[in-house]
Amino acid sequence: MPLISAPDQQRLRDAFAEMTRPVRLMFFTQTLGCDTCAEARQILDELPPLSDKISIEEANLILDKDKAAQFGIDRAPSVVLLTKDEQGADVDSRIRFNGAPSGYEFSSLIHAVMLVGGRPPGLTDAHKEKLAAIDRPVLLQVFTTPT
Amino acid sequence: MAFVNPHITAVAVEATEFPDLARRYRVSAVPKTMVNGEFEILGALPPDAFIAQVLTSLGTAPEQPEEQSQS
Repeated sequence: MPLISAPDQQRLRDAFAEMTRPVRLMFFTQTLGCDTCAEARQILDELPPLSDKISIEEANLILDKDKAAQFGIDRAPSVVLLTKDEQGADVDSRIRFNGAPSGYEFSSLIHAVMLVGGRPPGLTDAHKEKLAAIDRPVLLQVFTTPT
Repeated sequence: MAFVNPHITAVAVEATEFPDLARRYRVSAVPKTMVNGEFEILGALPPDAFIAQVLTSLGTAPEQPEEQSQS
């Protein structure tokens, strides 16, 4: 039974129809000791049927440790959002989710998918100018809970 | 923010699934943002305020704020 209701599925389908770029959800799981991996995968699985631009690639945190290291992932479940540039090369959006994207985080995931898929960021030119001052690596970890 | 500046990585962390991280950063109320694991930003702030706090915590504080345009 799908987690998303039929009317919500249609709303998402409509929203995703505006995407101009593919979004690959790189899902890091682990076989043992991950209580929420199955739930996370189940949530992600709801999305590709709603848009042919969304796909899921699964990787194992332990077995695919080079890939995990490439994206700086050390926990499961985690999701990395990737897209492609005009030449078809992979682009890391540098947006990640640690933990199952359930509850409130689901809408954050959808926003992130839309952004990576081509929706313009909701930042003004003034915001972008200020952010351009950042010239060294910055990790922003936003802690949330499902409710 | 991660989208517009290639130096920035943004991670949404579900605190109840990773209690060690929640404890390390003393997360009680959410949302709480850690900048480079050192600086805290509490709450859900509008972009102007959030960006200003990120810049301040990095030591690249913006100049005097301009007139606030509509947010």
